[in-house]
Amino acid sequence: MFSKISLKLISTISLMAILIFSGFAYYSIHTQDTLLLNQIKNFVNAESETIKNSTKVSMLANDREVTHEIIKTIGQQPFIRQVRILNKEGKVIYAADSSQIGQVLDKKAEACYSCHTSDQPLTRLSISKRIRIYRLHPDSSRILGIINPIYNEPSCWQAPCHAHPRSQKILGVLDLTVCLKSVDNELNSAKKHMALFALFSIFGLAVVLGILVKQIIGIPVKKLSEATKIVASGNFSYKIPELGNDELGVLARSFNHMTQKLAEARQQLFQSDKMASLGRLAAGVAHEINNPLTGILTYASFLLKRTKDQPDIHRDLEVIVRETLRSREIVKGLLDFARQSIPKKVKTDIHQVIERALTVLENQLTLYHIQVEKHFSPDLPQILIDPNQMQQVFTNLIENAYQAIGKKGGKITIATSLTRLSPYGILQIKQALCPKGHELMDQETRIDGLPTVKLKLRVNGKETFVYLDPIYGKNRNKLELPVHADDKIEILCPKCNISLIDPKEKCPRCDAPIYVLEIPGKGELRGCFTSECSWQYWDYVEQQGPRDYIEIKVSDTGCGIPPEIMDKIFDPFFTTKGQEGNGLGMAVIWGILENHEGIISVESQVNKGTTFTIHLPVNVR
Amino acid sequence: MEKQLRTLLAIDDEPVILDAIQRVCSAEGWHVDTVTGATEGLELARKKSYDLCLCDIMLPDMDGFQFLEKLHESGIDLAVIMTTGFATIENAVKSLDMGAIDYLPKPFTADEVLSALYRGFRYVDLKRRHEENTAQVDSIIVPCPTQYRHLGYQSWMHLDFDGSVKVGATYLFLAVIGSVKSIKLQPLEAEIIQGFSCAEFEAEDELIHQLMAPISGQIIRINEQLKDEPSILEKDPYFEGWLYVVVPKDLNYELKYVSGCHNIFA
Repeated sequence: MFSKISLKLISTISLMAILIFSGFAYYSIHTQDTLLLNQIKNFVNAESETIKNSTKVSMLANDREVTHEIIKTIGQQPFIRQVRILNKEGKVIYAADSSQIGQVLDKKAEACYSCHTSDQPLTRLSISKRIRIYRLHPDSSRILGIINPIYNEPSCWQAPCHAHPRSQKILGVLDLTVCLKSVDNELNSAKKHMALFALFSIFGLAVVLGILVKQIIGIPVKKLSEATKIVASGNFSYKIPELGNDELGVLARSFNHMTQKLAEARQQLFQSDKMASLGRLAAGVAHEINNPLTGILTYASFLLKRTKDQPDIHRDLEVIVRETLRSREIVKGLLDFARQSIPKKVKTDIHQVIERALTVLENQLTLYHIQVEKHFSPDLPQILIDPNQMQQVFTNLIENAYQAIGKKGGKITIATSLTRLSPYGILQIKQALCPKGHELMDQETRIDGLPTVKLKLRVNGKETFVYLDPIYGKNRNKLELPVHADDKIEILCPKCNISLIDPKEKCPRCDAPIYVLEIPGKGELRGCFTSECSWQYWDYVEQQGPRDYIEIKVSDTGCGIPPEIMDKIFDPFFTTKGQEGNGLGMAVIWGILENHEGIISVESQVNKGTTFTIHLPVNVR
Repeated sequence: MEKQLRTLLAIDDEPVILDAIQRVCSAEGWHVDTVTGATEGLELARKKSYDLCLCDIMLPDMDGFQFLEKLHESGIDLAVIMTTGFATIENAVKSLDMGAIDYLPKPFTADEVLSALYRGFRYVDLKRRHEENTAQVDSIIVPCPTQYRHLGYQSWMHLDFDGSVKVGATYLFLAVIGSVKSIKLQPLEAEIIQGFSCAEFEAEDELIHQLMAPISGQIIRINEQLKDEPSILEKDPYFEGWLYVVVPKDLNYELKYVSGCHNIFA
């Protein structure tokens, strides 16, 4: 019945309740006890004074019979256990129980001890010292005894009986003992009530808490966990019903929001994935299906022309031709679809594209208090780009920039310039193949967010992998083991184990074996990756020499990108914006720049800002 | 002029298509040589003189564009009609841009391939006659106005001051197809796409010819007069005989594929 949370809550709260109740009960009973005893003490003291005073007259008259009668009468009261008067020597003179008369008590007895410690009777004692509480047996109820000394007064030694000389200070002692049974009973029942009350309240509390926890936490959490299971099974349209306005209600709403966003993102990825794969598929399908369709259509329509005088065959052939034409339209639709993602490049002024992106975002930039600083180079050549796609690149970059800055306001700087760059350290390797045509790019291990070239190594018999920096000449390679030029090195394709070592050449710097990779359509890449050396040579691009690029830098004064996520920023679905982002912005930029032979790089310092640098070639090959 | 022996070179990697072409052409009395590779085709073209070549774009040894380049490099004067199963705008306009005279998307019917071939043969005839009489150009060809641009030899476009584009068929196209019996135009607001058919012309010889749109855009006006009086076309193809007025879609991008009107046979 109880989930773990309710069990924890109930046991904790019950424990607390037990502690509080028992502390309270102990304190309350203790106080009650003290109060009652004090009252009884005062009462008993007053009683003993009353007895002393009421016997005084008969004592002075030395009328023993009367004194005796008074003591006896008093002793008959139910709560009084015994009343007796002792003389100085400890002999019982009067007692309610007349059998005790004449007994001599030992002064050293426990009851007498408080006064007669050193055989020296004390003259005055406080009430508390004169009172003693004790039990006859450990099981019996408590007994309270009070001793009231009878002091010598002028009236005593002047009385006609001359029973007491003047020099005597204390004539005797009135000893009154009272039974505390009723008080004890009362206290005991109070304790029982208290314990019962505590027990019932704790049980009640636990039940109420249990029900509340189930209602407030258990049921909503069950609904939430059921919803996660439903969503995990692929039903993104599932919505958790309204769960109120508490934290769990907020969680449910944010869960619904998340699934909706996820569904949208999935749809978007599905869409772009569909676009990409359909594009690839369309080319193949179109060619493969259109060829046999051509055979059918040409023959059938040719026959159709020649059978105009044979209506039966003619009609059947018409169906064949009609249906083949229908198939033709279907394939054409497929090709139309594939066509949408191809960039339409025209000579464009890059500044116009940036300005248009800024105009689109004008409202948001004002809202975020962003100051936009433009350092546009006045004499940039027009370049061949798809203006719509490139505008998307800048829209996404500027959006990221002001979101990194936040509402506090800041500055975005966009600077353009013309640079001539040697391919070394700039150009990105986007595709690399082994001699058998296996793709060597590794999407998982990335350097600065870019997919790396993965090669398998056998160094002195030990198998390991190296991830080559995709930027030609930068060589920030990820090596799992150190490799030296004098090691026995084998370089293999991770998929087919074919050797990638160039049998004809050695590294011109360190004489280690070098790899040679095919870059489809762009020659061969050779290089060395020993720990000491970083030689690389790409024949195709080196022959073309340095190229002119338009450089566009988009900088912000925002929160920066922590180094640990730097590798992921171009991953589809990677986002730092939580539910606000779909994680496709940078991936889209990436795809568009790839279509334009562009290069993008990032520099960032946490809390200082980020700069994205884009290089677009002026002359497209 | 249809009586003379026509020779055709067909290049396609699918034997069934070559067979089909052979059947259709034989029925017309034309001579067809078929090869499955571009290299083989080039050799044949060097040895023999063909009137026309029908060439697939996707071929095993080289693509159709490389074939066109090689033809040009070797100085072989052969009119080529490109055909492909991968019928994209890029392929269509690139073919024309690289010197093909026509573009025929696969799959085609017997009539479609026939009308394309008829157009091709007549085009070659006109071109030869034109080259023989270069001194008297005007006697054969009515040149298009200088500010006009055309796609292939077939369709023209003219950018107006308001940004709209007027579209029509060239004099050469009309001369090639012969007298027009009827025209089937696209409806208002339809999209026409550069390199794809935008109008259907039925000639007196009952062949149906598709006109490739010179530019992409949405049709905002149609020359309704043409439907009743198709003869206006032949009388005045560049002014009274316009087909559509369209709002261009990707003018800047597509302009590079339409050339100026200096030499329509180029």
